[in-house]
Amino acid sequence: MEIQLTLNGKKLTCAIESDTLLIDLVRQQGCFSVKRGCETSNCGLCTVLLDGTPVLSCSVLAARAAGHQVQTLEGLQEEAEEFVGFIADQGAEQCGFCNPGYVINTIALLRENPDPTDDQIRAYLAGNLCRCSGYEGQLRGIRNYLNWRKEERHGNV
Amino acid sequence: MATYKVVGTSMRKKDSMQLLLGKPLFVDDITPQDALVVKVLRSPHPNALVEEIDSSKALLVPGMVAVYTYQDSPQERFTMAGQTYPEPSPRDRLLLDRHVRFVGDAVAIVAGETEKAVDRAMKLIKVRYQVLEPLLDFHKAKDNPILIHPEDSWNAPCPVGADNKRNLCASDTCGDGDVEAVLSRCDYVVEHTYQVKACQQAMMETFRTYTEMDRYGRLHVVSSTQIVFHCRRIIANALGIPKSKVHVEKPRIGGGFGAKQTVVAEVYPAFVTWKTGRPAKMIYTRQECQTAGSPRHAMDVTVRLGATKDGTIRALDVYTLSNTGAYGEHGPTTVGLSGHKSIPLYTGGLEAFRFSYDVVYTNVQSSGAYRGYGATQGIFAVESAVNELADILHMDPAALREKNIVREGMVMPAYYYEVANACALDQCISRCKEIFNWDAKYPIRDMGNGKVRAAGMALSMQGSAISNCDVGSATIKLGDEGFYNLIIGAADMGTGCDTILAMIAAETLECSPDDIVVFGADTDASPYDSGSYASSTTYLTGKATEKACLELRDNMCAIAASMLKCDVSQLEFQGDGVYRLDGTGFVSRGDIATASMVNNCVPAQATVTHSSPVSPPPFMVGMVEIELDRETGSVEVLNYSSVVDCGIPIAENLARIQAEGGIVQGIGMALWENVTYTPQGRVLEDSFMQYKIPTRLDMGTLHVEFAYSHEPTGPYGAKSIGEVVINTPAPAIAHAIFRATGVWHRSLPITPEKILMETGHG
Amino acid sequence: MLKIGSYVRAKSLEEAYTLSQKRSSVILGGMLWLKMQNRSVQTAVDLCDLGLDKIEEQEDCFSIGAMVPLRALEIHPGLQALTQGAMAEALKHIVGVQFRNVATLGGSLYGRFGFSDVLTLFQVLDAKVELYHHGVMSIREFAEFPRNTRDLLVRVTVPKGERRVCYLSQRNTATDFPVLACAVSEAGGHYTCAVGARPGPAVVFTDEEGLLKNGVSRESGEAFGAWVANRAVFGSNMRGSAEYRRKICAVLVRRCLMQLEEV
Repeated sequence: MEIQLTLNGKKLTCAIESDTLLIDLVRQQGCFSVKRGCETSNCGLCTVLLDGTPVLSCSVLAARAAGHQVQTLEGLQEEAEEFVGFIADQGAEQCGFCNPGYVINTIALLRENPDPTDDQIRAYLAGNLCRCSGYEGQLRGIRNYLNWRKEERHGNV
Repeated sequence: MATYKVVGTSMRKKDSMQLLLGKPLFVDDITPQDALVVKVLRSPHPNALVEEIDSSKALLVPGMVAVYTYQDSPQERFTMAGQTYPEPSPRDRLLLDRHVRFVGDAVAIVAGETEKAVDRAMKLIKVRYQVLEPLLDFHKAKDNPILIHPEDSWNAPCPVGADNKRNLCASDTCGDGDVEAVLSRCDYVVEHTYQVKACQQAMMETFRTYTEMDRYGRLHVVSSTQIVFHCRRIIANALGIPKSKVHVEKPRIGGGFGAKQTVVAEVYPAFVTWKTGRPAKMIYTRQECQTAGSPRHAMDVTVRLGATKDGTIRALDVYTLSNTGAYGEHGPTTVGLSGHKSIPLYTGGLEAFRFSYDVVYTNVQSSGAYRGYGATQGIFAVESAVNELADILHMDPAALREKNIVREGMVMPAYYYEVANACALDQCISRCKEIFNWDAKYPIRDMGNGKVRAAGMALSMQGSAISNCDVGSATIKLGDEGFYNLIIGAADMGTGCDTILAMIAAETLECSPDDIVVFGADTDASPYDSGSYASSTTYLTGKATEKACLELRDNMCAIAASMLKCDVSQLEFQGDGVYRLDGTGFVSRGDIATASMVNNCVPAQATVTHSSPVSPPPFMVGMVEIELDRETGSVEVLNYSSVVDCGIPIAENLARIQAEGGIVQGIGMALWENVTYTPQGRVLEDSFMQYKIPTRLDMGTLHVEFAYSHEPTGPYGAKSIGEVVINTPAPAIAHAIFRATGVWHRSLPITPEKILMETGHG
Repeated sequence: MLKIGSYVRAKSLEEAYTLSQKRSSVILGGMLWLKMQNRSVQTAVDLCDLGLDKIEEQEDCFSIGAMVPLRALEIHPGLQALTQGAMAEALKHIVGVQFRNVATLGGSLYGRFGFSDVLTLFQVLDAKVELYHHGVMSIREFAEFPRNTRDLLVRVTVPKGERRVCYLSQRNTATDFPVLACAVSEAGGHYTCAVGARPGPAVVFTDEEGLLKNGVSRESGEAFGAWVANRAVFGSNMRGSAEYRRKICAVLVRRCLMQLEEV
């Protein structure tokens, strides 16, 4: 079947199978940031934004995304770049395989809740597994970013 | 502590922004999407012989290219363990064997144009098995009439005490002093058996490999591996082809933790490409990782610990029974660490020790290398026994340890009589007590709602590379305008070794790490390196890097001497170039680089290979505070504090992340990560739905600090950190749970159900 | 892997219903459970264009479309107020935000899964389920309804009114399936208790014995908890034994009751 959707701001017409999953479609379109880490919807590596909402692209039919906006990290580079340097400072990206899903979901969190507490950060990102970092450095990175952003906004820098 | 310009700072990893921005860097991102899809048909039986296999219908599926069976397999046995030749692990594998030995063992290699075609074809392959009685319980394996490897072609190239006619993958005993005599004179002997499961590394990127024929008709392998050189050898062995025909490189690796120190996936697409000449790719599913991967060796470690009533530990007797599963990868070596990296912690007043072990074959998934590599299992046992002793003696467990630990300068008989040249374990304990607030948190506190808070502690050690064995190498090369290429064969699997080695190079060459460009690892281009395992990279390849840079400094001075028309003895290297000592001349790095490319016979590069006669142990202390619900058995980890002595950390931020990541893996192992089997030998925890690794809601708050020692044989005083960090959580948490419930749990994981049912509360 | 012959976005409930009558067709919910199954489906029917993704507050109830994602329920202020936060407590442990943005109320309820937090909570909210063909029924009737019924779950209504609700679950890790799920509500002095993940689907208990007739105290709560734990049927699976479940059931029921008293 043929579907139309908007991928990272570009309108696309794609030929897909009825059972093509969104993760496979976006990877076919060159969005290699989107990773598969499990078959059971548990890892969060494949997170993309569907009409701005973070979803597991391994669990959404490509057909269901027809007519909708899909964003992967490829389409969110600027928004990501501002924040991920703080993760890099910690070294908390480690192997990097879980990074795209984690970065996208952090973007979604901060859009929804620009000033989250540590507990709110942990809760929102609980579905993003990471086996390398132990999570603490990722939290420090987000916290440092939020502090920096506050200072920036109050012109204290 | 000496002052360094680069070493000891915190630094962004060189690949961090590319990784964080999701650039295509991993095997499946950088290789063609239209390669043949390779999958493996796996045995549903734990022990069976393939009687008949018919793939004719499968091959009729449109898009199917090949189905290979045991009849197509080379018949020379090999091991998939990525270890130095000749591997200590027995040669007990065939690419495809008629005898399948665990649920998930390879029966056929299936290759086709699309995943759909391959999936359809897999269902159409008809296999008739002669089902044999399986041997699933490793306690019954030794001398059991069911033999896992009855075949005569089985062979063990190293003298590790292996005997396939007894299901023994390895067996040995060693010691110092008369353990029985000392034990008989002790006031107390603590004797228990402690059990650790075959936990999974669960790296986020599953095993995966791409293969193609290159322009010279050689097999080009792009794989997510920690060991490119071992991988080359093993693939060649498995396929029965010359080593010269294989070229292995690794791109970014999505985590390894030892899993990718075994050649788990590589041989299958390699065989397909070698046979068909076509590009091929194998991507393991998570289920395959969980059921046909290379997990930790399940071990039962029995400890007999003898002490005086004033708390002097006089004797340790450790016996380990290790389950290597269907094949012997890393079986003979992991087990050694269960004694050699637990007993030496108590060198202080130890008069005698004995360490013996058996490693047995069974019909379950083959084990492999997982961070900690046997030390984890041994330390859970010995540290638990020490905590039990503290309880018996009514002694503070930290004070008990301060009385008995190994200290700088001591000879460690249980650690191959090595001297602890750099050891800040005593400082680790005192500092950890401070930051954790041990004296306030150790007493049991009733929170009044059925919940209690309690604390526990444990020590840990590991090694830094395998002494007299591992080889690390580095090539450093001066380039135009004065930048440097650092070329390595060690594999950065996310830990940041590319950056850490660049920092060592920058320190030695007195420049910025930004001036160092790193490349690795590639068997055609990198200098030989054993690979990234055994906590070796910073220590060993780091030292090779330092030495290579020193050599390059000399070479640059030699080139400068001809430029400045003077003797080398009149010159001095400084970071930006070479100076005449009398101040009358200077040539910059860039000038030397340019000069090196014209009429020059002095190499503007250096390659150094390094090996070490010692394996200096890093040390660590972990202290945990838990809240335990006495009515449900739930445990919440509140705080985990630790102080690590890894010598001088090269990049402090990256060392901290290593510690934090290791601690959280250890927490998972202690509390939830379980491996259970059906009576038919199938692993139940075969997905992330069933095998629960910690989320960020499960691990409490971590606090990591460093106690510095200076290892004289390491680069800039460094020891290792990658593995030592996983060992403390299990014994510390078991200790805290005992404090909260009065029950010692000696078998992992310690689930809420075990806690509640064995406590008698609720 | 799930294989789908054709994908159809239904234009009406009638079309969806007609299509769904074939054994080889399936109605898509969030697809999370479905996609893990190794099965072939001829027609997958998607209800996503039928406007069933809304939570509407009406005079006497909240009307929740079958396609409403769990995350929307979790953060809906009206539902939080109505349940004193029990709605969020029941949902927030389910895997992760991205998962709950995909999982739907309809999908969660229609399967009447044993592990379902959703089914457990909705059982004590006096909720009603609207099936396209079989009409409106109480969620308890629905829970018992034959599983091979080929019908469409259209929406769920949750009545407003004074009701105190508490939800607690025992999990081995924070985002794992529950080992046991427990919901208790009180309205007009009547207590309703649902116990899920036994590991069978949630079952409901009321205070038939009048153990709570003099109000909830530590003693009466304990008595009621023990009574429920004795009445409920428990089984064993990877996450816990029947015996363990029975023990913690008594505890969770009592704790729910005690927490209700604090509301």
